[in-house]
Amino acid sequence: MFGDYSLGDLGSIFVMQGFAGLILFSVYVLMALGLAIIFGQMGVINMAHGEFMILGAYVTWMTSNFFQSYLPSLFSGYFFLAMILAFVASGALGMLVEWVLIRHLYKRPLDTLLATWGLSLILQQAYRSVFGAREVGVELPQWMLGSLHVTESIEVPINGVFVMCLTLLITLGVAYVMYKSRWGRQVRAVVQNRIMAGAVGINTEKVDRYTFGLGCGIAGVAGSAFTMIGSTGPTSGQLYIVDTFLVVVFGGAASLLGTIASAFSISQTQSTLEFFLSGSMAKVLTLLAVVGILMLRPQGLFALKVRK
Amino acid sequence: MSDEANKGLLSPLRRKLLMGMAALPAITMLPRASFAQAPATSAINTTGLAVTDTEVTVGILHSATGTMAISETGSIEAEKLAIEQINAMGGVLGRKIKFIQEDGASDWPTFAEKAKKLLVNDKVAAIMGCWTSASRKAVLPVMEQYNGMLYYPTFYEGLEQSKNVIYTGQEATQQILAGLNWIAKEKGAKSFFFIGSDYIWPRTSNKIARKHVENVLKGKVVGEEYYPLGNTQFNSVINKIKLTKPDVIFTDVVGGSNVAFYKQLKAAGIDLSKQALLTISVTEDEIDGIGGENIAGAYACMKYFQSLDNPNNKTFVPAFKKMWGEKTVIGDVTQAAYLGPWLWKLTVEKAGSFDVDKIAAASPGVEFKGAPEGYVRIHENHHLWSKTRVGRAKLDGQFELIFETADLVEPDPFPKGYQ
Repeated sequence: MFGDYSLGDLGSIFVMQGFAGLILFSVYVLMALGLAIIFGQMGVINMAHGEFMILGAYVTWMTSNFFQSYLPSLFSGYFFLAMILAFVASGALGMLVEWVLIRHLYKRPLDTLLATWGLSLILQQAYRSVFGAREVGVELPQWMLGSLHVTESIEVPINGVFVMCLTLLITLGVAYVMYKSRWGRQVRAVVQNRIMAGAVGINTEKVDRYTFGLGCGIAGVAGSAFTMIGSTGPTSGQLYIVDTFLVVVFGGAASLLGTIASAFSISQTQSTLEFFLSGSMAKVLTLLAVVGILMLRPQGLFALKVRK
Repeated sequence: MSDEANKGLLSPLRRKLLMGMAALPAITMLPRASFAQAPATSAINTTGLAVTDTEVTVGILHSATGTMAISETGSIEAEKLAIEQINAMGGVLGRKIKFIQEDGASDWPTFAEKAKKLLVNDKVAAIMGCWTSASRKAVLPVMEQYNGMLYYPTFYEGLEQSKNVIYTGQEATQQILAGLNWIAKEKGAKSFFFIGSDYIWPRTSNKIARKHVENVLKGKVVGEEYYPLGNTQFNSVINKIKLTKPDVIFTDVVGGSNVAFYKQLKAAGIDLSKQALLTISVTEDEIDGIGGENIAGAYACMKYFQSLDNPNNKTFVPAFKKMWGEKTVIGDVTQAAYLGPWLWKLTVEKAGSFDVDKIAAASPGVEFKGAPEGYVRIHENHHLWSKTRVGRAKLDGQFELIFETADLVEPDPFPKGYQ
């Protein structure tokens, strides 16, 4: 298949293909992080994850409209504010949901699946009623569009680089919070032994609420960032949910490192196969590989060693 | 008879626009005249449909919820507008149209169930509905079993024809061939890269397009790629496009994937003012989500654009916006959905009856001169004769008309040499 092309062409395509893989990797990590925190640390299967992402996207859309109408001079920087607002909105909704719904179901983890699925339907219809059934177009500032010319034939999408930087920042932030901060220690203590953690004076209810809020907030930021590469509509969240679960389950539920490793392997496989085969075939083969590996290693790539 | 109805079409619109002007007494007489002539119900309804001396009931069957609501909302709006306008001019055979709206909920078995409910329980005289081919295929056996009449608005892959369906959108050859001919001639295009969503419509359309490119245009298809519905990552295929450097990218990607595809195309530095791209799946509705700045310069090939400059369209667009809001846009399928109630009304008047068998028989030859797209006529195969047009997407999300076929294109749902 490469006979007709010059070496220079092929070289630059491989570089760009490498970038395509890295961008896909960042996208996977970003969308899976929030879910990994909630699923991994709390054991709650949050089927409404995609809808929390889309809330972030809608917040971004509203911020963009606000800046266009009232502060057009600051439009080029609105995206940073939008991401913060998306985090706050999704996080707040997450905490509310935890308080109303999830906290009653901690002893029945499978029921959380059903409850959050219902929640996702409710949220979809709410978005449809509030924002309309049609998709909305989020206008981006000029500097975020287009691509960087590295050489004559190598071009790197700016929004891809932006997502990569954002993913790196958020991953480092989450790692710091989880493994270095006092609050992270409390979260991990609650995960390992809820009763003992309560006995030594940790407010487990509060820890649960903030953990859930943090996971949803990160989903909101992810949704905000994805307005650059995807669609914003009432059901757009559904586009991400399957890949997200795939990454989290494959990585091993309780491990941040596992999520990253699994996002990396899935995205590289997917993107390489897509280049040599067709898109649908690539997806089929990637899923087959994941199923095969999970059959041999049901706990996922990385799992905490626990005494059964 | 249909001529008379066509002349009267403009009256309710104009009446709204020129509120208070007393210059239309002659036209406002028309509805009254038709009331006076209203024939007896027993004569025009021999099969027990929901027709009374003053009312006739039709069904609207689209997805108002679920993933397809994005697309089908426009169709629902257009059908309601058409019904309101027909009622404002006195209805059909002196009867006002009443509609029962059912929600297919983006779920194909639900479509079939609701179609059965509309036909069996509500005895509707006709159904305006369905959007995806999957929903139409689910509803088709119900329509044939209970002898209903369906007006189906979407451009689709063809390979179907039924006594019980009128296809108001274009079938694949009608939509695609003229567009390919145009771009081959205009741009000297020889090499094509196909990319579509992975289901029946894009695959059939691309099959037809490939045959046409290879056999008629003597060009080459340098790539043909399909992605699952809802796919959001297109960087790999964009790299392949960059590698193969096709003269034309030919796309039938649908739904949310569309947005991702055009955003990533732009981000990858492919400039649509230099790289020709011909799409058969992006209407003004989709551009709302994609953003005009991401798709400006692309060519779309279909039968209707909101920007069409003809007298019918100039009354249709303001009437639509008045009913549904200044910001709503009107895409190809929305316009085709608007044709449904009108064609049904004209056919009923031609047949002089609401009976489905008589309507099916009377349909061929029915012409609608008030169509926003210009003029349409129903073919013997229950599809529409219509023009095919190519438009170029602009920054503001509208299309600029670049080319239209000189004559109406004949619908050919079972094209020889393309299967």
